[in-house]
Amino acid sequence: MLDKNGIAKRIAKEVQDGFYVNLGIGIPTLVANFVREDISVEFQSENGVLGMGPFPFEGDEDADIINAGKQTITTLPGASFFDSATSFGMIRGQHVDLTILGAMEVSETGDIANWKIPGKMVKGMGGAMDLVASAENIIVAMMHTNRAGASKLLKKCSLPLTGVGCVKKIVTNLGVLEVVPEGFLLLERAPGVSVAEIKSATEGTLIVEGDIPEMEI
Amino acid sequence: MIRKVVNTVSEALEGVYDGMTFMLGGFGLCGIPENAIAQLVQMEVKDITCISNNAGVDDFGLGLLLQKKQIKKMISSYVGENDEFERQMLSGELEVELTPQGTLAEKCRAAQAGFPAFYTPAGYGTEVAEGKETREFNGKMYVLESAYKADFAFVKAWKGDEAGNLIFKGTARNFNPCMCGAAKITVAEVEELVPAGELNPNEIHVPGIFVKRIFQGKDYEKRIEQRTVRQRS
Repeated sequence: MLDKNGIAKRIAKEVQDGFYVNLGIGIPTLVANFVREDISVEFQSENGVLGMGPFPFEGDEDADIINAGKQTITTLPGASFFDSATSFGMIRGQHVDLTILGAMEVSETGDIANWKIPGKMVKGMGGAMDLVASAENIIVAMMHTNRAGASKLLKKCSLPLTGVGCVKKIVTNLGVLEVVPEGFLLLERAPGVSVAEIKSATEGTLIVEGDIPEMEI
Repeated sequence: MIRKVVNTVSEALEGVYDGMTFMLGGFGLCGIPENAIAQLVQMEVKDITCISNNAGVDDFGLGLLLQKKQIKKMISSYVGENDEFERQMLSGELEVELTPQGTLAEKCRAAQAGFPAFYTPAGYGTEVAEGKETREFNGKMYVLESAYKADFAFVKAWKGDEAGNLIFKGTARNFNPCMCGAAKITVAEVEELVPAGELNPNEIHVPGIFVKRIFQGKDYEKRIEQRTVRQRS
């Protein structure tokens, strides 16, 4: 079974040379730590920066340079700043190659819910609805089950949706799955996890074809 | 050259009344019009509608207006980080309209550019699209969203000149350029106001035509919401 860093490490393998990548808050943010150093990748933050670098050294923080999580950041050579409409133009216009974000629920038809729990304080969708509606290539990073042990991979989402039919790939602590017309196609198992365990943790239709390899990370 | 300079923040906010709709630039606390917000607090205008990506924190940014219960309605994409906001929202004192962030930016830019409405894929199939016209283009579904109408836009820039031309710094740019010229009156406050001719015309981010009034801001706190650093090795 993978921990959060393990999920991030596996997703990092999906990042290819020349990709512009938008990382959501939470596990997705960790992906930046595991991207191969021999490839060129630029990270976009929807508040208006391309070419994000690591956190600044203590004393170098600049209130005017933050990421979408409102954290102080630095920029790398080749970086640029732009306004919010331009930023979402990049996203909506599909110039960003890969979007990685977290989710509360994903359905077997690729619907995603990650912004609202009825009855609880609603903080808002931020840029999530724009991202999921627009991106060609979306990877969801999440735990396979919630804190109560219930599956987060469902036939149908129970929470209010963020987007419809948009998720293609999911990496969880138990495995890697692809959303296909018939349901969740199991591609890889996390180290030490059996197909039976994945099956019992998946409420939606799980498709298992032949031997499922253990992932390499 | 058409001069846009006003000398004080109170002059800049002349014509602001109860019940008006304001656009306010900024992302989190980054690039917010601190001087205009302080003046709105002092003027005690009530029942206002604020279009702003976020709602500040309890004791800074738009949180200052929430404390005084001056805001009737917030239009935002993300409103965490503020206990007073949560209290007023749950008690029904405050009306909240949540809008996808890219749609919010575009609703400002549409107002600036003279588009009454536009189609976006964001929110299709979700509660955001309820009651709105939808339409298919090239096999994909889109939602019709209309431009905002606002009385004032309050923006903050790094540098500006007497003609109202603006230059922003870093990610403090965010929603500010989209809001310039998107309301009946745009008020820009700047960290450094310079004479016309000192800014390179090639490097202007927002041309002065979109700005009605500009003033030299003061006492910027520029508070950091999440101070994240790494250790020097």
